[in-house]
This record gives sequence, structure tokens and C-alpha cells, in this order.
Amino acid sequence: MSFTFRKDEAKGVVVLGVDGQLIVGNRHELKQKVLDALDDGERKFLIDFTSTGYIDSSGLGVLVSLSKKIREVSGELRLAGLNDDLRTLFELTKLDSLFAINESAEEALAAF
Amino acid sequence: MTAPLRLSVRRSEVPPPEAPDRRIEISLRVPTDLGVVEEAVDLVARHCLASGIPPRAARFRLRVALCEALSNAIVYGNRMDPAKRVDVTVVVTDTTVSVQVRDEGDGFDPSGIPDPTSPERLEMAEGRGLFLIRQLVDEVRFNERGNSICMILHRA
Repeated sequence: MSFTFRKDEAKGVVVLGVDGQLIVGNRHELKQKVLDALDDGERKFLIDFTSTGYIDSSGLGVLVSLSKKIREVSGELRLAGLNDDLRTLFELTKLDSLFAINESAEEALAAF
Repeated sequence: MTAPLRLSVRRSEVPPPEAPDRRIEISLRVPTDLGVVEEAVDLVARHCLASGIPPRAARFRLRVALCEALSNAIVYGNRMDPAKRVDVTVVVTDTTVSVQVRDEGDGFDPSGIPDPTSPERLEMAEGRGLFLIRQLVDEVRFNERGNSICMILHRA
């Protein structure tokens, strides 16, 4: 498991990729990366799940709390690259209604 | 820095006389450490795949459900006490995969967990674990004390 981190300069978007799982053992790492970027003044975030295996409820919880924090500073968070299984998790928990979800990272970037 | 913790697996391929349709039983003792959850889940999923259960069920439903059950056992059951352990037992039969996760805690009342999809709870960071388990597996059973959960996936 690892996270990738890059900045799309054209759109001013921080793009985080979740490579592996987003679960109880590593969720804080993702959270801290986003919080650090918020402290640095970043406001637009894309989390790309194209290379993600599975997410647990702790991972979903971190996304919920990040979503709130980003909204509080008038920022924007988009999720992309969810396969059918991952999308099912968001639908079961009704979190699909809370997040802006795009099919691909490219589509999400275009939507900022 | 401490050495990586090792997980022990017992794999029995000979069905006992009292359960002739049993194919494989896997036993795993997991330390109270959130850092080993992913490894434990992978280990169980790989052994289940090797026994021939449908890859999608093993890859996703089983992995997420077991991950939830292990975290609950470690955090809420054993309350992060490193002296305690979590025991996982997986039995694969011709028709089901059952995964039992037992902690050393005092147990809890599973009926007292509120619905995390209600509008007032939707933006809470916690409280989705058991809900997800119930959604992802076909049957969920608890022992009377509430410190052991059995999750059953039908193989059909």
C-alpha cells in the first residue's frame, strides 16, 4: 500500500492516488497528507481510486471527515476511479450522495 | 523497532467425520495491532481463493467484512490491549465460507448499533463497520456474550 501525491498545475488540483487499500492501518497517512496540503493553502483535491483494492469503514470515515474539512474552507473534493465493488460501498452507505464522484481522474480534473 | 509479527495458519484438508462436506479450516491468531489487519486479511483471502471460492467474493466481500471484524475486535473488543489476541477461524464447505472472529473483550450488544445511513449520521466518521458487514455477507451471527462474530458467505 502507498499513496501517490502530485499537483495538477493547470487546474491547481492536488491529486492523491490510493495504491492498495485504504483501511484502518493507513487511513491516518492519507488524512495527514490532505491536512498538510490544506495548511499549505491548497483547496482543490482529487482522490483517485483507480489502483485501490478495497476500502473499509475507517477509510470511508476519513473521506467523510476530509470532505467536511475541505468544505469548511470553501474547497472542493472529488473522487474518481471507483470500480464496481468500491462504488457499491459508497452506495450501500449512501455516501455516494455526499461526494462528487467521477468515472476517471481525467473527467474529475475537467470538472474542477 | 520490533520485528514484524508472524501470523500462524493451520490448514486442514481432511474433513472430520462430523462434517464430511468441510474442505478447509484455517485458524489464525492475530495480535491486537491494527498494523497487521491487512496482512491477516490477505492471508485468509489467499487461502480461501486456493480452496476454490469465487474470486470476487474472496477478493472483495470477504476482505472488507474480515477487515471490519478484525478492526472492531482490536479496537472495541480488546481495546488495543497488546496482551490480548483475536482468533479467526475460517471453514470452507461445499456450500459456504464461514469466518468467525473472536476477541477477548467483554462483548457488546449488536442490536444497539444505530443506522449509519440515516441523514443525521451520514457525515459521521465512525459507525459503519457492522453495517457494512451485514450488507456484504449473507448471514451474520454473534455469540451470546457478543465477543464473537460469525460471517457466512454462500458459495452459490
